Amino acid sequence: MPVTILDGHHIHVDDEGFLTDPAEWTPELAEVFAAQIGIELTDEHWKVLRFLREDYQSQGETATIRRVSTAGGIPVKQLFALFPQKPAKKMAYIAGLPKPHGCV
Amino acid sequence: MTTTEPSAAIVPRFDDATASERKLAIICSKGTLDMAYPGLVLANAALGEGIETHLFFTFWGFEMINKQTMNDLKFTVLGNPATHLPQGLGGLPWMTSMATAKLKKSIAEVGVPEIPEFLEQIVASGGHLWACRMSADMNHLTKDDLYDEVEDIISAADFIDKTAGAQLLFI
Repeated sequence: MPVTILDGHHIHVDDEGFLTDPAEWTPELAEVFAAQIGIELTDEHWKVLRFLREDYQSQGETATIRRVSTAGGIPVKQLFALFPQKPAKKMAYIAGLPKPHGCV
Repeated sequence: MTTTEPSAAIVPRFDDATASERKLAIICSKGTLDMAYPGLVLANAALGEGIETHLFFTFWGFEMINKQTMNDLKFTVLGNPATHLPQGLGGLPWMTSMATAKLKKSIAEVGVPEIPEFLEQIVASGGHLWACRMSADMNHLTKDDLYDEVEDIISAADFIDKTAGAQLLFI
């Protein structure tokens, strides 16, 4: 499991760069992750990230786009606007969670 | 205990050029509940990966976008040995509604929406829905009869034109 340093944070990641231990995640780290993929976090982004973190705590798996929209109340269109092109993976990455496994 | 040397920054590469150049065309030609889902699931997955996606509804695939039928697709065990039920049972009057209800329940249990809601999600994700001209004419249907988010009724040639260079799935 590679250890990498991002902006002074020593973190455990998988081969792609996703955090392998969600407990290492901090809000500061989210800002660092977001910057790495060209996203500047706004309150709207944080609403999504907070939902993802809480949902992961209770469900034990990363929410899919559909779940963020139905259970988290954030419309699909907005997710694509906030995390362009690949919202499911981008939001999971910034939230320090594994990629979602669900198909839908 | 092993120590791992920190490596250079590892960051996912989300914006690789190949994904943004990829294009997917899915032809939906079936009107049964079980055959409606593969196209929708794949379209949704492709859109989530940033791939431009077009769905073309033709022949029985119109069931999925016809306002009269889109909530009411059915699943039958007849002619489908994969259900592992005696085919004779499939002909009983209540069997199709029972099989449909059971499949709908299984789909809902894995958090997958019904067809109209799924189309809504696909459109919200940037997907394009097209209806086949010949199928519309054969059934005397106009755009008003179809799901509102269907962009247009177009000819097969127009669809082929719109999806130049796309990978294509026929379902």
